[in-house]
Amino acid sequence: MALAVTLILLLPMGGFLVVLLNGRYMNERQIGWVGTGAVVGSFALSVVSFFLLLSHSSREVTVNLFTWIDVGTLHVPAALLLDPLSITMCLFVTGISALIHLYSTAYMHGEKDFKKFFLYLNLFVFSMLLLVLGNNLVLTFVGWEGVGLCSYWLVSFYFDRDAAASAGKKAFIYNRVGDVGMLIAMFLLFSHVHTLTYLSIFSKAGTLSPTIATLVVLALLLGATGKSAQIPLFNWLPDAMEGPTPVSALIHAATMVTAGVYLLVRMSPVLALSSSGRMTIAIIGGVTAFVAATIATSQKDIKKVLAFSTVSQIGYMVLAVGVGAYAAAIFLMISHAFFKALLFLGSGSVIHSLNGEQDMRKMGALAKYLPLTFPTFLIGWLTISGIPPFAGFWSKGDVLTNVFEHNKPLWVLGVVTAILTAYYMTRLFVLTFRGNERFRDETQGHDPHESPWAMTMPLVVLASLSVIGGILDLPWIHHDSLGGFLSPTFGFVAAGTHAGTLAQYGLAAVDVAAAVFGLMAGFTIWRNITSSTKYESPFLEHVWHWDDFYDATIGRPLTQAAQFGEDFVEPKVIDGAITGLAVSVRRSGEGLRKVQSGFVRHYALATVLGVAVIIVYLVARVG
Amino acid sequence: MIAAAYAVPSILVFVTSALLIVVGAIGVIAVKNPVHAALCLIMTLFGVAVAFVAQSADFLAAVQIIVYAGAIVVLFLFVIMFLGVDRREHVNFEPLVGQRAFAGVGVVLTIGGLVTLMARSHWVTGAVSVTTPLSSGNANVKELGDAVFTTYLFAFEATAALLIIAVVGAVLLARRERSVQSEEVAP
Amino acid sequence: MNVPAAWYLVLAAVLFGIGAFGFLTRRSALIMFMCVELMLNAVNLTFVTFSRTLSDISGQAIVFFVMVVAAAEVTVGLGIVVSVFRRRSSTSVDELSELKG
Repeated sequence: MALAVTLILLLPMGGFLVVLLNGRYMNERQIGWVGTGAVVGSFALSVVSFFLLLSHSSREVTVNLFTWIDVGTLHVPAALLLDPLSITMCLFVTGISALIHLYSTAYMHGEKDFKKFFLYLNLFVFSMLLLVLGNNLVLTFVGWEGVGLCSYWLVSFYFDRDAAASAGKKAFIYNRVGDVGMLIAMFLLFSHVHTLTYLSIFSKAGTLSPTIATLVVLALLLGATGKSAQIPLFNWLPDAMEGPTPVSALIHAATMVTAGVYLLVRMSPVLALSSSGRMTIAIIGGVTAFVAATIATSQKDIKKVLAFSTVSQIGYMVLAVGVGAYAAAIFLMISHAFFKALLFLGSGSVIHSLNGEQDMRKMGALAKYLPLTFPTFLIGWLTISGIPPFAGFWSKGDVLTNVFEHNKPLWVLGVVTAILTAYYMTRLFVLTFRGNERFRDETQGHDPHESPWAMTMPLVVLASLSVIGGILDLPWIHHDSLGGFLSPTFGFVAAGTHAGTLAQYGLAAVDVAAAVFGLMAGFTIWRNITSSTKYESPFLEHVWHWDDFYDATIGRPLTQAAQFGEDFVEPKVIDGAITGLAVSVRRSGEGLRKVQSGFVRHYALATVLGVAVIIVYLVARVG
Repeated sequence: MIAAAYAVPSILVFVTSALLIVVGAIGVIAVKNPVHAALCLIMTLFGVAVAFVAQSADFLAAVQIIVYAGAIVVLFLFVIMFLGVDRREHVNFEPLVGQRAFAGVGVVLTIGGLVTLMARSHWVTGAVSVTTPLSSGNANVKELGDAVFTTYLFAFEATAALLIIAVVGAVLLARRERSVQSEEVAP
Repeated sequence: MNVPAAWYLVLAAVLFGIGAFGFLTRRSALIMFMCVELMLNAVNLTFVTFSRTLSDISGQAIVFFVMVVAAAEVTVGLGIVVSVFRRRSSTSVDELSELKG
């Protein structure tokens, strides 16, 4: 089993190295096969490891690779932890990655940087697996940084476009700000429990004082907001849509942005110690979900709608973590991976068929031209809106039920957000697939064509998963379900007021009502129009002016400080010190030069005075 | 008795030599005319010779008169006349600021300090020599000759070389530039 | 009665001081040389005094060599004076100040 787990991690790295070293001799087909094959291999091994774990005596298996850092009291092994949480993450990460690799072989066909794309994708999968499989915070952090780096590379893939380059930088910088939080959490934990390995931290977590636990939790939250695009570090995700669509699907829907949630869930025993920390997490999650949903209602670019939708759904996951419903958060994470990847890949198929058009005002009535994309996208739309019996209904319902049990105001916010979600997704669907044809200019009069099998097959697979995904954690089978499987890894959280069966049916009814209401609103409003000042507000479209706010409070003052440094500090203080030193040396030299008067009698006088000084000194000493 | 009558008290000798020395020295530094200064120098040298005799350094007294007063001062006078600088020098005017004041201070401090040091350390310290004792009278020359030609022989030879070098150097220094034509006059 | 050595030493010191003062104060090169001679004579007097007091002939031997060296020095020095002042018509050392910084 140790070998299987190690290979899960190393196969993508192997794919990366093979393409790196031999890439110039390989053609597109071979590169695609190697890249996709590596990840498919990882998926297969993940399945194998899953079954091995089930039959294993203990549900926590540590695979020690080698001792990495051994300095004083700091022992950081390079070791992998195989437990229910990590194997779950591995399964859906490798599965979805494999589908997206396959999709990319067709989507990126003909690009001149095809090889580079697959290099980065494989490296990304490796980093993500390191993140979830690492048995200590340091390895997770290495993976954390790795996915941030690959995200930067992939977002600015079309680097000769200014917008893409800036978006890559923005993503990386926001991630970096969040990383400070993760580092602080590591420092705090190490200084108090003297270990960074998960299992050791959990066994010693009880020794942490509530203040320290809260600080650690808040620091981890900062890291999570950076990586998972929550308030206050979320505005990099919409800009990251500059990257190619498979990148958006993989990184910014299914894997990297879930890393923050994973971190919080992994550290749940520490979260258990701080109720104020958890409350903060819940509030941030709920507020982010709501704000992002409002913004999504007014976006015109299909990918931007999906991006804000991602932010909103992750807000739900974070909200679930905040109230202690870890299993629900993971369930939503998995089902969100299915339907969000489906939606992104579907939008990629639409964009591909329209030669790169992304503005929804120039789409419409594509249903009859895209016979495979249309039904799969429809399934994705229904899932995210929360219509039963698709996966979205069960997972979002699970989250909302748990939130209801702990915090009524946040539950209300969650339901409102669900209405908004259904509304904006319906708007997207109607504008893209129904209504009138508005795309004839972009396709130069031709009909849009369906995408090749490599692109449509993943869509079909993901759609099927969205349909049946709900069985992972149906509310009436708790023990053999996902929740039961995962619960040993979670820390204890005080239970809220448990909702009885009647209450659960009631809540389910509320969820369905919310979804249907949002759907109807979307249909009626957007059936005949393509834009509307009443329903699309510029404030929402400009992300509540969040970017402008950061620019005014942080960006511009820092630029001014830098300018001040360049205009004043650099020439006058730093250069001034150096040149001042040189000038003072020269001036003192010029002054001292006058001692050399050229007169012999001056020199003789100096000699005599020197002798006089010596003699006086001797007299003083003797006397 | 006659010898006793001619035995002049040593204090008289000292006073004489002291007067000659000091008056001559002040004359050297004070008079305007270089030729007069040279004559005052001779007076000082005579005074020193008298002091030498009083200290039983007869040979040195003789050498002092012959070499110093006889050769060196004559050499000075030669050069003064040769260069024609027997004009008066403007002694009252001192172009360098503060030179005289500082010089006075320095000299007074040095001399005063020296005298104080010597007084504090009982004037003459050191062991009385037993290997090269001093004798008075005719034996002084013999003594000095023994010392110079045996103990200090190397120094003696070195000074001989020094004198030759000095002479050669002086000749070279004072030579006028030769013109090229005189080289072509071949025998 | 004997004159104590101290008196001769003081006399030599005074002579040395006068010579030093003259060297620093006079501008003419030739007078400065004469002051150097004064200083050398002071030193000679000191050596001879010590020689008598310590009853050591070495003091007088040293004076012998000092006189030789003084003679050589005057020779070369006056040669320099002659060659330098042949170009100028004054013997003032204050005019030789080209080496000023």
